[in-house]
Parts: sequence; C-alpha cells; structure tokens
Amino acid sequence: MTDMVIIGGGPAGMSAAIAAYESGVRDILIIERDTALGGILQQCIHNGFGLHRFGEELTGPEYAWRYEARVRELGIPVKLGTTVLDITPEKVITATNPEDGIFKIEARAVILAMGCRERPRGALNIAGSRPAGIYSAGTAQKYVNMKGYLPGKEIVILGSGDIGLIMARRMTLEGAKVKMVCELMPFSGGLARNIEQCLNDFDIPLRLSHTVVEIHGRERVEGVTVARVDENRKPISGTYEFVPCDTLLLSVGLIPENELTKKAGIELDPITNGPVVDENRETSVSGIFACGNVVRVHSLVDYVSEEAETAGKAAAKYILEEQ
Amino acid sequence: MERKLTCIVCPLGCELRAEITDGKVQSVTGNTCPRGAKYAESEVVNPRRTVTSTVRCINGSVLPVKTDRAIPKEKMAECMKIINNTIVRLPICVGDVIIRDVFGANIVATQNK
Repeated sequence: MTDMVIIGGGPAGMSAAIAAYESGVRDILIIERDTALGGILQQCIHNGFGLHRFGEELTGPEYAWRYEARVRELGIPVKLGTTVLDITPEKVITATNPEDGIFKIEARAVILAMGCRERPRGALNIAGSRPAGIYSAGTAQKYVNMKGYLPGKEIVILGSGDIGLIMARRMTLEGAKVKMVCELMPFSGGLARNIEQCLNDFDIPLRLSHTVVEIHGRERVEGVTVARVDENRKPISGTYEFVPCDTLLLSVGLIPENELTKKAGIELDPITNGPVVDENRETSVSGIFACGNVVRVHSLVDYVSEEAETAGKAAAKYILEEQ
Repeated sequence: MERKLTCIVCPLGCELRAEITDGKVQSVTGNTCPRGAKYAESEVVNPRRTVTSTVRCINGSVLPVKTDRAIPKEKMAECMKIINNTIVRLPICVGDVIIRDVFGANIVATQNK
C-alpha cells in the first residue's frame, strides 16, 4: 500500500507532490510516462511563464526545473518511463515499464495530473488524402525544440490558439515561411501578446473567419484551400483560395486526457470534458483527486501549479484523517 | 501623434495608447501597471525582444537557450544566426552562459543537460 500516487510528472503532478509532502505525507510516488519530469513545459522553450508564481519571466524548462529541483530536494520517489494502464474506483493502479513489467499499486489517495492532449485532424473533417506534412502544433513544437528538426519550409497554420501562434514565430525564426494563420472564429483564442509578438513582429497575416476546406497532395502536402466562413462557420463559395505550402499545422484546441479518469468510474463534466471536482479538487470517487489541465484546460501554468497545491493539500488531509 | 500598442509584458495584453511628440512618448493610457507605460516608451523608441531558441550539443541533442535580456527587435534574425552556428559541450546547467555579449545580452541555457 502506498499513501499517495500521483499520475503525471508535469507542472500539476510536481506541484501536488510538493504540497502533499509539505502537508505531512511522506509515502508519495509520482508516475511519469516520459523519460524526464516537466511534462509539456520541456518543449515550451519560449518565455512568459511564472510571472504570477515567481514574479519573473521564465521559459518552460526553467519553470519546470524550479519544481523538479524541489521534488529532488524532498526526495520524493519518481518512476519515469512508466505508463499507467488502469485505475479502479478502489484505487488500485496498474502500470507498466520495461524494468518492472506490469505491476499493481494500491493507493490510499490518487491525484490525477495527466494534463491534456491536442485535438487531432480527425476531429475536423477536412477533405483530402493523408499526405505527410500535417502536424498538430504541439507535435511540431516537439520536433523543433526537442529533436532539432524543422518539419517544413512553407507553413499554413489552422487555428490561432497560443501553441499555433508560438510555433508561427518559432518556425519563422528557424527559417521557415509561415504564410498565414487561419482562424475559424471572428476572433483569436490566443493571447493578445502572442498575436503581437508572434505574428505582427514577423508580418504573418492572421485571417479571421477563415478555415482550411481541403488539403492537397498525395505523398506530401502541396497546398491547402482556404475559404472565408459565414456567421454559421460555413465556407462561403467564391472565397476559395489555393495556398501552396508543404506543411499544415493544427492548433485547434486541447482536450483533458480522460482515459484513466473514465476507467476509474469518475463522473465527467460535459462542458470542461474533465472530471467533476469539488473545491478541494476531489472527484466523484472518494480519495481520487485531479488538478491541472486534466480537469480543464488552463490558460497559464501558474494557475495549474496553484490548483495542484490545493489538490495536494486536500489529498494529504484525506490520508492523514483516514489514519 | 497617437500610436496603439499591445503590451507584451504579461498575459493580460493591455491595449495601450501612446501619445508621441518628436519621437518621444509623452503619455501612455490603457496600461494596468507601470510596466505597461515603460513598455510603450521602449517600444516606440527602441523595440526589444527576448529571443528563445535551441543550440546544438556535441552529442547531437538540442539545448534550449534564451537571451538573458531583451535585444533590439531588428537584431533577432542575426541573433538566431549566431545561435545556430554554435555547438555546445555538455554537461550544462540552467543559467550557464553559452554565448557572451550578443547585442548586449548573454545567451544562457534554460535546461540542465
């Protein structure tokens, strides 16, 4: 029996673990699928993180390191390269990694901190075949910032979420030509500062009320057809325009990562797509808590850390009162 | 002359209006905090940006880096060239200086490697 198991070693998981430790729980385990702590912050090499938490502007890896250093200092155990396969409502966790094989852990309390995933092309129903050169913005970000590959030279970005805007600047700085960012809505979902410093700084056009209606190319993307949409978000005939490009990036929203939440029989909220939680971030299953982007997609990581502290403290209280 | 600006100092992204005479900012409105006014003054005279990127490591991996202060905006492309012509030896700690004095800033590591 382990007192507390935290699933996910990103900003939410690390912050929750630290808060739980500082509230008196000692038997904590963080399970992380990746080979390092930090979650998505590792690939968010741009600055703008931490103004609320630390009063200074940090990059993603720097923000993550502040928490990782504390996790190490406290000696909180971490299992890297480990994927959780299942959680039961009784808080039995099944996980796997190459060293331990498949194993089970029984926990007194569980904190879900798996974050979110990107909406894929399949959710958009864009016509066309399946050529190479279509990436979610986050995938492209991983290629550029962690692997050192530039996934294309002439780019169209669909969706003006912050990741798309950040990638417009990033790929421009690395020598790619970003032709335009198309946004279905008449306004951008990204931060005003990102439109300014990621698009306007580089004269990248933002086409509001525009979408991609077709992807061209068999082996590799050769271009996309973009069109203006009406107030019902339907493409207007006569506004179709072929834009040559070799890469299409999709930045069309994030969805909480729900697979494990569902397996644990936790009630989901149809609006946030994450679990229903109370003010302590406890889910409908007693002793299972959730925090960060797995609950709902947060605008700033600073708020994720804050929410995770709430969950960590509450989960600690749950364990200490049970004993 | 009035110029409209979007503040990039924090995620609020205030819409600023800067009143400019003789190339100098006389007054700023629309800002929530004093940093917004400071930003407008700098942006009109000498716009500056922090650059974040990656450098190649000797083992083929990449290391995230940043300029430790903002550099003139028009020097961003040149700054990228300098960063991309650099190869670093490992190990490296957060904050280690990778390249000294690039348009008045140091390029520093933002990750341990």
